[in-house]
Amino acid sequence: MNRQIVQLFGISMVLFAVLVGFTSRWSVFDAAALKDEPSNRRPLIEEQQIPRGLVKASDGTVLARSVGRGRGENRVFSRTYPTGPLFSHAVGYSFISRGRAGLERSRNGALTGEESEFGTIFSELQNRDREGREVVTTLDPDGQRAALKALGGRNGSIVAIEPQTGRVRVMVSVPEYDPNDVPERFSAFNRSPDAPLVNRATQSGYPPGSTFKVVTAAAALDSGKYNPQSIVSGSSPRTVSGVPLANAGGENFGPITLTDALTNSVNTVWAQVGESLGPGTLEKYMGRFGFNSDPPLDYPDGQMQPSGVRNAKGRLLDANAGFDVGRVALGQGGDEGTILVTPLQMAMVAAAVGNRGELMRPRLTERIVAKDGRVTDRFRPTRQSRVMSESSARQLAQMMGNVVEEGTGTASALSGVKVGGKTGTAEVDNATANQAWFIAFAPLDRPKMAVAVTIERTQGQGGTDAAPLAKQVFEALLGPGGVR
Amino acid sequence: MSARTRELLGLVPVALVVSAGFAAVLVSRAPAGSGVDDIKAGTLTYGLAFLGLCVFAHLFIRARVPDADPYLFPLAATLAAFGLVVIYRIDPELAREQAQWFVIGLLFFVATVVFLADHSVLERYRYTIAAAGIALLLMPRLPLIGTQENGAFLAVKIGPVQFQPAEFAKIAIVIFLASYLRDTGDVLVRARSTPLGGIQQALFIVVPAALVVLVVVALGLGPAEVVLLAVFVASVAAVLRERPSLKHFGPLLLVWGLAMFMLLFIRDLGSSLMFFGGFLALLYIATARLSLVGIGATMFLGGATYLAGTVGHVQDRIDVWQTPFDPKLLEQTGGSYQIAQGLFAQADGGMFGQGFGQALLQIPGTGTKILPAAHTDLIYAVIVDEVGLFGATGLILVYLLFAARGFKTALVAGDGFSKLLAAGLTAVFALQVFVIVGGVTKVIPLTGVTLPFVSYGGSSIVANMVLLALLLIVSDHARRDRQRLQGGLV
Repeated sequence: MNRQIVQLFGISMVLFAVLVGFTSRWSVFDAAALKDEPSNRRPLIEEQQIPRGLVKASDGTVLARSVGRGRGENRVFSRTYPTGPLFSHAVGYSFISRGRAGLERSRNGALTGEESEFGTIFSELQNRDREGREVVTTLDPDGQRAALKALGGRNGSIVAIEPQTGRVRVMVSVPEYDPNDVPERFSAFNRSPDAPLVNRATQSGYPPGSTFKVVTAAAALDSGKYNPQSIVSGSSPRTVSGVPLANAGGENFGPITLTDALTNSVNTVWAQVGESLGPGTLEKYMGRFGFNSDPPLDYPDGQMQPSGVRNAKGRLLDANAGFDVGRVALGQGGDEGTILVTPLQMAMVAAAVGNRGELMRPRLTERIVAKDGRVTDRFRPTRQSRVMSESSARQLAQMMGNVVEEGTGTASALSGVKVGGKTGTAEVDNATANQAWFIAFAPLDRPKMAVAVTIERTQGQGGTDAAPLAKQVFEALLGPGGVR
Repeated sequence: MSARTRELLGLVPVALVVSAGFAAVLVSRAPAGSGVDDIKAGTLTYGLAFLGLCVFAHLFIRARVPDADPYLFPLAATLAAFGLVVIYRIDPELAREQAQWFVIGLLFFVATVVFLADHSVLERYRYTIAAAGIALLLMPRLPLIGTQENGAFLAVKIGPVQFQPAEFAKIAIVIFLASYLRDTGDVLVRARSTPLGGIQQALFIVVPAALVVLVVVALGLGPAEVVLLAVFVASVAAVLRERPSLKHFGPLLLVWGLAMFMLLFIRDLGSSLMFFGGFLALLYIATARLSLVGIGATMFLGGATYLAGTVGHVQDRIDVWQTPFDPKLLEQTGGSYQIAQGLFAQADGGMFGQGFGQALLQIPGTGTKILPAAHTDLIYAVIVDEVGLFGATGLILVYLLFAARGFKTALVAGDGFSKLLAAGLTAVFALQVFVIVGGVTKVIPLTGVTLPFVSYGGSSIVANMVLLALLLIVSDHARRDRQRLQGGLV
């Protein structure tokens, strides 16, 4: 019997070793994953006892603050948003019952005063309570208000970026929501067919229409194959990938320059340009503009999506996928895949052209300030990529200046300040409605601001519906004379 | 150094656990500005009272079972002390009750040792004890007194008194099995007096193999079922190759039936696993036949799988175990909320834990509990949360040491019944630890058995004190006999 008893003890040891193994799995190896589990409210509850830092606009307006109630061990804090729906998508929300979104999520570490392991030990020795740090954003309340007013309740989005710095000055998505209502109305928001919780600026992939011709033009000029005076036939219709393609209104242009083809948004010309460049070159320039990957914005990954050519299943396609490059080049696509973009991406396109071909990383945070007033992080402008040469960018900027001066984008013209822009109108819902677009930068000779405007399911065109909105945002951000 | 002196020294770690533990909890709980003196006083009161009880028990052991194993009691006291600290941290009122239960448990301990001077008396009442054990198991299903919690019928409530009969049933059933298998272990399966011829030998391989293939093809079984069936048939063939005594298998089938019954009606995989595991352990010790364990294990697994497929609530338990974070299961009553919260609490613990008194047990400001059953089923999760992987591993090592001393007692015991009794009690004790800790760590489905000596609960403390008393009695006899034997040799 003794041999069996010893074996039984061996089995006990194995079983207990399994227990230790599984304990280490949950407490150490898988601990991070368990803390991220959506049903795990512990991290939220623990953070609820920390006063989160303020979120401020660039002019110091408070966008989010924490209010405490109870005392001692039971003291808890909750969030209020003094500006209501104005900054809903950019700032987001943070509630114990509903989780976090927007900057509240991406800057959670700073807002809850997260410290390094060493720092934690240090403050514990000093018996200091954990306190959140303040996040000062790049957002401009005047611009934000103007953009919201300009959209006037029409579903869509406006993004404004400073070309030289990448600072995001305006990020508006309509319908907006009041973050103060999130705890009570979260399910209603989620059920609403207008999807107010979706940040259209970073999450919605729209057909860009002719605004995408700016990307094609950048590739055409910078690859050296074309210059603004290159003559291309604008006859219509023209067979592209075996299917006839017509210009807007069936207009027949004959041989025209690339500049005129942008001014009048001649589809057949840009399809030819796209086909002669080929998908590889187009993809290369798209990549430099930031397409095909999440933008490097300080915003939650789960609330951004890359722009690019997608198939019917929504999968991103690469240059070898065999999509209709001619139609993609003018902002449409074929059965294999169509180009879908976010408003943020199109603002980045305008900003890159405006900043002489250099794309700056977009960012929402200006600096992070500790409770004692010390600036712990200051974010400086950093380059994301060199999209095209300075001379190509200057040529493209002039071409976009013509669009506003004499082409489809005249409605965005400011008094006394030259604007460079491009309109776009993409048919949606079986050609019963349009996605109207306008991307622009101003002033033309020394751009200080770039914007992208888009409106969902409108009957108008980019030039008539979207371009006037850009003007209003420019005026709010730059002042009527272009200087503020 | 005499065994009893070693036992007394073994209480030093117990004293340390109690004082350091209570000091830590009191410090973390102390409101700002309160003096160090209060903490000292509180620690001393609790520590000294507990230690006083331990010294009393030690003196009693010294008087009545002087030759018993010197480590079993200090190990149990360490576990109880640690449990008391954790329960105090969860709710001081519960700790006071637990301390009272500890006193009552000690009384049962003393009574067991006093009235059962010789454990061989138990053999005489084996069927009475077996009947009592089965009756205890059935009690929670009786109308009026039975209660259901989380889908399982585990407790009995008579007036204000609530207890878990399974805690006592485990002792009764081990006593019966030890006694029954001592007699039948040798005759259950015997080697053939004349070895089988070559053709017969071959038949014992070919026929079962063909049978397995036939059934697998005919029914189109999955891989798990094929393994189960193959092990079962191979085990049966191995038994048939020898000389099994079929009439002695009857009571064993009854035990299997009982385990299935528990699964179906008590609705508790955990305790039925504990009982059946203890049974298989004893069967193996008594017969030295792995084939019998193979038959038993496959029959248990087969039965459990069949029930899982046909009986809704068993399937629910399995789903809850496999996908605890499924939002639907989380909201369901008796769903996965408990296991999920237990895992979340462990994740907060990390390597070294958050420290005594630091684990999040309720939502601040509301008093709403976030960790259900923190003092009973999920106490291990609280322990991992507060003392981390290292502390929890230490706890499991203490259980392993206890099991080692229990099996050691079985090794030195002179007669078959004593060996089987000590080994069986130790096996169910170790299995109980595995079932509850394994449940909380998602090794197996979570069920409501207690963590011996640590969880809050009167039945658990009392039953385990009786179990400890039985082990000490067996040990006392065995070591005295052995000493006498050695003395005689000299």
